[in-house]
Amino acid sequence: MARETVIPGERELETVDINVNVGPQHPATHGVFRMVITVDGEVVTDLDPVIGYMHRGNEKLPENCDYRQVIGYHDRTDYLAQFNTEHCWVEAVEKLTGFEPTERAQYIRVILAELNRITSHLMFFGAFGTDVGLFGTSFMYAFRDREYIQELFEEVTGERMMYNYFRPGGLGWDVPENFVERCNDMIKHIRKGLGDLEGLMMTNEVVYMRCRGLSPTTPEQAINWGLSGPMLRATGLAHDLRRAEPYSIYDRFEFDIPTGTTGDVFDRLLVRLEEMKQSVRIIEQALAQLPEGPIMREGMKRTLRVPAGEVYMRVESPRGEYGVYLIATGTDKPYRHKVRGASFCNISALREMCVGHYVSDVIVILGSTDIVLCEVDR
Amino acid sequence: MLLAISSNPWLDAVARLAVVAVLLPVGVIWLTWLERKVIGRLQQRLGPMRVGPYGLLQGIADTIKLITKEDVRPTSADRWVFELAPFVIVVPVIMAMVALPFTAEIFIRNMTLGLFYIVAVSGLSIVGMIMAGWGSDNKYALLGGVRAGAQLISYEVPLILTVVAIAMLGQTMDLSVIVALQHKTPFIAYQPLGFIIFTIAGLAELYRQPFDIPVAESEVVGGATVEYSGIRWSMFQLGEFASLVLISILGSLIFLGGWTWPLKHDIPGYAQAIVMAVKTLGFVLFFMWMRASLPRLRIDQLMSLCWQVLLPFTLYQILVNGLVLVYDWPDYTLTILSLIGAGALMGVLYMAARKTNVPLQAPVARMGSVL
Repeated sequence: MARETVIPGERELETVDINVNVGPQHPATHGVFRMVITVDGEVVTDLDPVIGYMHRGNEKLPENCDYRQVIGYHDRTDYLAQFNTEHCWVEAVEKLTGFEPTERAQYIRVILAELNRITSHLMFFGAFGTDVGLFGTSFMYAFRDREYIQELFEEVTGERMMYNYFRPGGLGWDVPENFVERCNDMIKHIRKGLGDLEGLMMTNEVVYMRCRGLSPTTPEQAINWGLSGPMLRATGLAHDLRRAEPYSIYDRFEFDIPTGTTGDVFDRLLVRLEEMKQSVRIIEQALAQLPEGPIMREGMKRTLRVPAGEVYMRVESPRGEYGVYLIATGTDKPYRHKVRGASFCNISALREMCVGHYVSDVIVILGSTDIVLCEVDR
Repeated sequence: MLLAISSNPWLDAVARLAVVAVLLPVGVIWLTWLERKVIGRLQQRLGPMRVGPYGLLQGIADTIKLITKEDVRPTSADRWVFELAPFVIVVPVIMAMVALPFTAEIFIRNMTLGLFYIVAVSGLSIVGMIMAGWGSDNKYALLGGVRAGAQLISYEVPLILTVVAIAMLGQTMDLSVIVALQHKTPFIAYQPLGFIIFTIAGLAELYRQPFDIPVAESEVVGGATVEYSGIRWSMFQLGEFASLVLISILGSLIFLGGWTWPLKHDIPGYAQAIVMAVKTLGFVLFFMWMRASLPRLRIDQLMSLCWQVLLPFTLYQILVNGLVLVYDWPDYTLTILSLIGAGALMGVLYMAARKTNVPLQAPVARMGSVL
């Protein structure tokens, strides 16, 4: 952005741009993300994202693990959408082995994955509110509802974060007896909570002033940058893998794909809010149809040997396209294991989105990409 | 009550200052508790609950912690600028408090030019923020200090001009006279526009949400105070909350009628204190409510709000006051004209918030995929 620093009748003022190091320890970088920004006063003239502080070899480590041990690594890839990432992995293995999971397992997977999408988006709204300057109010509102879901997850899987619950061919164990009633009860809370959140964030004049028209993205740009998920849909493209390439049993449910119009930050918020409502719709349908029956396919052996072959499986995680590329050689361990993280692709366009904006806006734009650093660095 | 502490003028002055210097930190300790409690309830949590009943002693525990904490100064900091900055922030606020009457009987020193003195002295705090930002040798602090300088200087203008409007209305700068003039009708009835502008500019002067740009946690990590710790940091906190009290008391004095009760002319001293405390707390709670519910503006939005919106409307208020004074129009014309201005201000603010090239649309739900 060219800026005039000329006083009429005088020569141009000499100003010096300064480098500011934002992160890896900074309250608004959502983890250990680092940006080196060059600022001219308040305007960012250059931005250099630095990643890798969280690298743990999460793609290489599974190559020395049993196929069932890998599930845990996918929990740790995107720690806010664990069921979605587990879903991707077990679907990939099932694609190669041809194991068809039982009906009940499929439904429970979808219910949990959609609930997980809601928790993830709630987390986004909480964190985004803080980025945009709310004094923790959005966090508390979002977490009140997130906690209901989190408690259910805890009851189902025994864990609050690293669930490790899906298995190739089914699920680890069955859900508690009152699962359906609890979900139905919870949906009421979520509906009400979404209304509160909408009132707090979306109808707020200051949020509107800050976010509307900020960092607009065209569909072409979004495709060129490799954006996916709500970031892509905010530009107006109704691309959702649950509909474009239905995996699991998503083709059985009726739901809409919310899209924005301009791809600006406000559209991203709107899309995420609407997505939560659509997730609730899916959960309601799945709960109504949930069949009784076994949760694990019959004839599973203790050691899982996957026939030789390669597969790329992708699912719609809350952040976008989460993919697993897997080469199997017929042993009990994957030969090659590669993850496509949606967060990684989404922040790769950060420089293009941020340069020319104010420092405050850079924080807001970064917040609107909804990154999870574990998924970026892997 | 405090009219004569000692017959020796010097001893008297010292005693009066000591009263402020003791009462202020105590009040601030209680206010931090109140703020945490109020914001906690607004955010559906309990707030501090552990230390003392309802966490009432939390502020004292925090104070002990802050006092015993190590006082860290970065080696590269500009030593004197860094160490003096907290005092430059706190001292003007305490000086301004001296001239504020609380009731007709409770005050430290009543000045005939009290309003002028308060406005003049409290403006000095800006220097402290810039000193802290510069002296810390930290880029976040520098950004925060410069932001604070720009914001405080800008919002000083509408704030002072609304005070000028009040001085025109009362034709005096003596705060106790201004309050006495409001024994039937508080000035807010004549100056609704001035009141709104005073509240907005006051929020900005206190750099609280939505104007907490200089101390933005998510951007400049606390701004000018980022390198301060322990007792020095708590001086900033003291200054911030003391200014909160200052603006709140000033607002209640000049707009809400101070210690007067409109239905009864002469109320006893304790009733005056209660009335005044309620009005002041009203302001304080409003500022806390804003903190819990509004996000932050951007620096350019902040500046254009001040210079393009608030300043013209303040000048309008002064013009109206002048017309009424010069042509001796009846009082209700002042109310009507000011209300028109207030309506226009709210309209402009609404339009500014919604001003965008993009129409607001709910997300279009489409079935199917285009990719």
